[in-house]
This record gives sequence, structure tokens and C-alpha cells, in this order.
Amino acid sequence: MPSRSGGDRSRSASAGPAGPAPGSLARVRVRFAKLGKVRWTSHRDVARMWERALRRAGLPVAYSGGFSPHPLLSFGLALPTGCESTAEYLDIALDPARAGLGTSKRPAPRATTTHDEPHGAHEQPWSYAPSEQSHVEEWTGQVAEAFAGTSSPLFPDGIEVIGAAALAPGAPSLQQAVVACTWEVDVLAGDPEVDVAEHVAQVMSASSLPVRRERKGRQVEDDLRPSLLAMAVDAGEAPGPPVLRVETATRPRGVRPSELADVLALRLGRAVRTHQWIEIDGGRAEPIVAGPPRAATPGGGAL
Amino acid sequence: MTSLWPRIEPLLAQVVKPARYIGGELGAQRPDHGPGRVSWVLLYPDTYEIGLPNQGLQILYEILNERPDAAAERSYAPWTDMEAAMRAAGVPLFSVETHRPAAEFDVMAFNLSAELTYTNVLNLVDLAGVPVRSDERELAHPLVVAGGHCAYNPEPLADFVDAFVIGDGEEVVGEMNDVIATWRGDELRRRPDLLRRLAHVPGVYVPWCYEVRYRAGRLAGVVPRWPEVPERVEKRVVADLGAWPYPKHQLVPLVEVVHDRLNVEVFRGCTRGCRFCQAGMITRPVRERPAAQVSAMVRQGLADTGYDEVALTSLSSADFSGIEDAVAAVVGDPGSCGQVSVSLPSLRVDAFTVELAAEIQKVRRTGLTFAPEGGTWRMRRVMNKLIREEDLYSAVDAAFSQGWRRVKLYFLIGLPTETDDDVLGIADLALACAEIGRRHHPSVTVVASVGGFVPKPHTPFQWYGQDTVAELRRKVGLLKEALARARGVTLRWHDPAASAAEGVVSRGDRRMGAVIEHVWRAGGTFQEWSEHFDLARWEEALAACGMTLDEAVYRPRDQDEVLPWDHVSAGLHRDFLWQDWLDALAEAPVEDCRWTPCYDCGACTEAGVEHVVASAVPPAGGSQGTGQDLGTGGSVPVRFRSAVPAGTS
Repeated sequence: MPSRSGGDRSRSASAGPAGPAPGSLARVRVRFAKLGKVRWTSHRDVARMWERALRRAGLPVAYSGGFSPHPLLSFGLALPTGCESTAEYLDIALDPARAGLGTSKRPAPRATTTHDEPHGAHEQPWSYAPSEQSHVEEWTGQVAEAFAGTSSPLFPDGIEVIGAAALAPGAPSLQQAVVACTWEVDVLAGDPEVDVAEHVAQVMSASSLPVRRERKGRQVEDDLRPSLLAMAVDAGEAPGPPVLRVETATRPRGVRPSELADVLALRLGRAVRTHQWIEIDGGRAEPIVAGPPRAATPGGGAL
Repeated sequence: MTSLWPRIEPLLAQVVKPARYIGGELGAQRPDHGPGRVSWVLLYPDTYEIGLPNQGLQILYEILNERPDAAAERSYAPWTDMEAAMRAAGVPLFSVETHRPAAEFDVMAFNLSAELTYTNVLNLVDLAGVPVRSDERELAHPLVVAGGHCAYNPEPLADFVDAFVIGDGEEVVGEMNDVIATWRGDELRRRPDLLRRLAHVPGVYVPWCYEVRYRAGRLAGVVPRWPEVPERVEKRVVADLGAWPYPKHQLVPLVEVVHDRLNVEVFRGCTRGCRFCQAGMITRPVRERPAAQVSAMVRQGLADTGYDEVALTSLSSADFSGIEDAVAAVVGDPGSCGQVSVSLPSLRVDAFTVELAAEIQKVRRTGLTFAPEGGTWRMRRVMNKLIREEDLYSAVDAAFSQGWRRVKLYFLIGLPTETDDDVLGIADLALACAEIGRRHHPSVTVVASVGGFVPKPHTPFQWYGQDTVAELRRKVGLLKEALARARGVTLRWHDPAASAAEGVVSRGDRRMGAVIEHVWRAGGTFQEWSEHFDLARWEEALAACGMTLDEAVYRPRDQDEVLPWDHVSAGLHRDFLWQDWLDALAEAPVEDCRWTPCYDCGACTEAGVEHVVASAVPPAGGSQGTGQDLGTGGSVPVRFRSAVPAGTS
């Protein structure tokens, strides 16, 4: 692949403009979907879509310092290329000091256009800076709410923002917090004699499920069994293939739908990640509440 | 209309980078294929990542889709894994917007930017299910057309392409659309009627309308078969770039591509007169875009695309009259907050340019590239690339002092009159630049990138006999030896075998079509990719067609020899090119005619256009002898010589 000039970040701390002071940043957590043709893009492609969408929206995203500044976005678990999801998350760091910049000089929308315009940035909460430090949290909540309501036109078809909420200071990152996922996976119609439930029962009763995988050019063997928390067949009344509902852990490792097909010895089709879970007070919850966004409590609020 | 998507999608799990085949880019059109519209599929004969950024295709894509009587989609060469999966599943070439079969379009239109993509042109036509040879196509098949810089020698592809467009495509594409639409309305239409009508459109070359004559094994002429067919096809020139502010909605791909940034063309054409450079010769005269339009396109483009980098493109962007104002508008915009960088491809080699680059590239200061092209002042006078050593050293000094750590230098080897001293001068320059860099930073890198020169049609070097593979390898060897223990200098070189194959196609006549077809049938696609290139395939094909590299590539052409592209005109008088060739051999430079009197190359007078240049004076730092003192160009300051480690030169 062509190397972009932005790739050289290793020495960026030594030179160039300083980044924002730590502690001055606010964070917004976003839930989004990845459905349809766009599922063939990679995790890295999606990250780049976000960087561009946030610039188009004029959101005051915080940047790292140095000669290779990059927006401070942190994504959670990578979604394998080809899988769909209604539960992808990322955390966006906002720099309140950047709020209000750039909106006055943004050009007026053209009369003719082939794609949706960024919604009038001058009307958004991020077009004015919070007046005092104590207002930052409230402002962040407003930014999250407004962004969730206007952002989907900024993305390619299939990427859809479902919700956004301000994140309390000190809340753990997605990488730290997410402990499990729920998947829905179609079983492709095959031999009608194959008893899908029987395959599932065998896998769930196994004491170990070795899978081989290439990691850094070496073949390694992992046990998939500890990561399979639950699995059920949802034959349903509706016509169509049976659907597996699978709960997977993120540690010690995650589970790819392709690995699932291997251990089940079944041909699997469309795979959709429907939930990610974090632990809170001994129970579990989604990283933010989907639906109409509101300011979340630390750790994402009650389910 | 049929969408192949349900048959394409099952293939995607088996291939690398499947998102190359899904479309969905920001800025992509949703074409209306209603009746009465001529449908075009615009093709780039290389991968999606290489082809998507092509500005020529993006411009035509928008111009066609703005017409009420046209619809345009895009397609690219599927990578070898996808092609195998498609052929196995019986899926033909498709467009990325609506995934229609390419053969269902009225026109398949190729961009030709590199000769080694020609076998891919044949492959894509074949993958579409269309006969590769023009004379085997029937009424129901699409018209296959091609344009771009390589179309200035159309003959090697003349057996496969129905019509070529010579020159700027903005206007002629609409005229072709009119002809095709009218012809389609004719109930008794026949394919030859369309070809003959197209031959009347200025700038369109229809090979079938010309007869090729040979004498004693050499080309004797390419002459019209009918009196109304023009003897010479003159290139098309857009006189006012300001009237064509395209692309208005640059495509933003979902996957990473080359030149993945906003691109705004600031001018077209170049009159620096570098004698090796086909682009500079065939795109004359210089036509600048109004500075205010450049600023508007940059601002609007950044807001629409979300890119954080904009390239101001041209053949030498620092020469643009409004360059400082254009970049100030971006750098000074508080909305960009210093996060937007501006890049100037083809940097001029002088300190002024570096100062400009430093001002506008506050972020991502990784590497700067300069193209001195020749290792010695003598060599640079032959090629008319009038960069003095002090210009290069001051530029490199400025770059390293401004925080850059890596400087890349482009050079050519295998040039006319080149001696081993000229080749070794490349090592001297690179070593001196690294030494300059170390004054600013202990670890700097100078990359010397060396390519083998391939003579191109419509240039003063078109008569030159290309260096053999062995000779180019020997010269690379000299440099490897000279730089073997050099600190801070990395040598990179282009495969001399690939230069030979490029030479086969570059100056070939119509007989070279059989060679291209032979290479393609032997599996030789993606010849621009080193993992797929093999010169042996080309040598076998030449042998099978009774030709040799000696005759096709290494042989100097005579002054009065008929050249395969003589019936195609870039406006340049043949007398001018020959005189410039003699001047090259005499090491005599010519000045940049933007700011000095006309020397009648023919480009303006033949096309009835003029330079459009806002500035009446050459840029600070001069241009090709204009505003420069060239007396000192050949002297290398002694302190740099002494910096060269013993035994490396």
C-alpha cells in the first residue's frame, strides 16, 4: 500500500506544535452500525472514514501534537472485514478550546451537490466554546446529542450513528472495559440432515477447542473454548436459515465468526455483532445506552 | 439493467482488499441510465488504488454525468485473485457504481497513463466479454476508446481501440457523445458508420480509417483511407482552465489509495522545456487556473471531503503565479487549525520553494522530493534541466534546517551523450546533500532514486537509441559501488528490464500490437508490478513476431525516418524538435518561454491558443535560465567534494 506522509508518528513528540494539555479534554462515546456493502471495508478504513467525517462536521476534535498530529479517536474491538454490526463504538476526544473555530469561515453550501452537506455547523453546540471549565461537561453532553442527531449523512451508506453520550472523566477506555460481545450468525442452508443444535451442543460440551492461527508469521494454537460463553440456535418461525446467537468473551482472546465456523464444522453466512458488553457493579451493560442519547454516568449507565 | 452484485458478493470473502469492488465513495454518482442517454464506463487499466485518484477520469466522469444525454460509471482492473474468482464464476467485468456488466455500456473509455498497462487494457476488454480486436467487434459491442498522454502514440494499441482522443478531453468528450447519440438513433446503423463519423471530430483518431504502409521492413506512412479523413490528427487544447473547475466533487474512496488527498489542478502545461519530458512537450502551452478559483476549490473541496491534505497539482506547482496566495488561504484558515497540509508535487529545486513548503507544511514534515534528474551540470544542459548545484544545495540546506529529515532526489540514467562521470555525479550530489543534512541533524537520509531513461514520442529525444538493459545495469552498478559505504545515502533504482519493455511499447508502430497481444495471452498482466513483470515474456513475444529489442528499442532513429506518431500532432513542429535535439547534443540550453520571447515550437500557433500566466515575471529563483546566472552552474563547492569519503567516487 502507498505509505502516507502521516505514517511517521514515532518521533512526533520531539518536534512540532504541542498538543492540547491533558485533562483539558472532554470525551464523547459513539455507537454506530456497519451494515451492507460497506462491511467489506476494514477496521482501518472505518477509522479513516471517521477522521474525515469529523472534519467535515467541524467537530472540535482534539489532536495529538508534533509534526504528525492525528485526531485522538479510540476504537474498541476491531470488527473483522466482511462482518456487520449494530454495536460498534468509539471514543472521541474533544478539545473545548477548539470549539467555535472555523465555523465562521465555512463556505455556504452550494446550490447543487451530489452528496449531503454537513449540517449547518453554525447552529451546533460545537460552534461556541463552553464559557467556563465547569460548563465543559454540560457542553460535551450537548455536543454528543447534536452529533448523534445529524451525523449519519457524513458517512458512506451503511455506516449509521445510533447514539452518542458524554463520557465521564476517568471512565475506562473501550479496550479496557468491554468484556463480551453478542453475535448473530446465519447458518447456511446445507444438508437438511445436519442437526445444527447437535453441533452446538458438542462444541459447548467440549473441554477445549484448539484453533490454529497465523500471528506475526508464526503458526500458534489457541483454545477457543474459554471465549465461548454461550451459544443458542434460534430456528424461529420465520423462513430462512437458522440463526446462531453467540456470546463471546474478549479475554483471553476474542472469537472471529470464521473460527466459529471451523469449530462448529458448519458453513456460516452473514455475521452481525449486535452487542458489546461492559461490567458494571457485578452486572453487565452496554457501553452507552442506545437510542436517544443522554449524558451517561461513568461506565455507561444502567441498561 | 442488470446488477451483478448478487454474484459478485460471494467472491469477496476470498479476495484481498474486497472494498475495492464495492463502490460507495463519497462523491460517487448515482447515474441515471434512462433511454436517450449514452452510457460510458470509464476505465483505468490498473488497480483501484492506482486508478481511482486519476484526475482525468474524474473530470470526464462529472462532465458526462452533468449532461442530460449521458451517464458515466467507473471500473478498474480487478487484482489477479479477484479476476481468477470472476472468471471461475463466469462474472464479467463490472462497474463499481451499479455493478452493471461493462459490456452493457455504449462506450468503454480507457485512460492511458503508462505503457506497461496496455496488456491490462486487452485483459479488461476480454474480461468484459468483448472481442479484444477492433475488427472482430459487432454492432452490439461497446465502442472502445482511449485517451491520456500515452495516446500520443496510438499505434501499438491501434488494433484494439476503436478511437483515440488526443489531448484535453473536456470538450471532445461531449462532441463524441453527440455523434454516438445521433448514430444510435439511426435504425439502419452500422458500426463502420460510427467510426467514420467519429474520425471527423477534431482530436479523434480512428485507426481503422488509416492504412499503414511499410517499405523494406520499416514504416513508410500512416495515411487516410478516404479523402475526408484528416491526414494529421491535431490535439485538443482547453484554452481557459477557469471554464472547467473540475472535479467539483472529488471522489473520496473508502479504502486507502495513492495520492489519497484533495487534488486541485493549478495549471496545465509546462514550458520549462526539459527535453526528456513528454508531459511538458505535449501539454503546452501553460494555462493557469485563476488564483481565486484555486482558493475556492481548495476551501470547498476540504469542507466537502474531510481530507486534511490538499495537493496543488501541475507539472511544476511552485511556478504558479498565485501560489503564495493560494496556500495562504488554506494555512490562514482558522477552521483548519493548522491540521491541513498542502503538498506541492514536482517541487522546483530552490530555497524559495522550500521556504514555501515550510510555510504550508507545518504538519507531517516527513520527506521532500527534488528532481535534479542529471548528475552533472553538463548532463543537465543536455536535458535542459537547468538546476545549478548551488540551487540544489541551498534547497537541501533549507529543507534540513526546517526540520525535514529525509530528502529524495530523482535522477535519470541512460541519457543521450551520458558518460560514466555523469553517472557518478549522481553519487557526488547525493553524498554532498547528506553531508549538508548532517550539519542540522546527526541522522538524515538522502534517497537517490534512479530510473532508466525511455525516449518518448513528441520530444527532442524521440530519435535517441535507448540504452540496453546491460548498459543500464552497468551504470546502476557504478552507483552501487560508489555508494556502497556511504553514510546517510540510500540508492534506489528502477528495474532496467522494465525500462526496456516500456521502450518496446513507447515508440512502437502498429506491428507492436501483435507483441502486446502475445504478452497478454501468455499471462502478462499487471506489467507495472514487479512481481508480475518478466522481460523474457516480452522477448519471446518480439521473437514470435519477428522483431528484436535492438530494432525496436536500442536503435537510434534517422532524421528523415517516418515515425509511428507522425500523423498525430501535439502542435510541435518537427523542425523545432530536431533543432532542440541538435541543441541538446551541443549542450545548449533554451529558456522558459513563459517569460522570454517565443521560439516557435508550434504549440500555441497550431492550436490557436496562448499562455495564460498571471505573473509577468519569472518566480523568485528563476526558471530554466530565465532570471538565473548560469555561469556558475558547473562548479561544485570544494567543501562538499572534500566531504565525500575516500574510495566512494
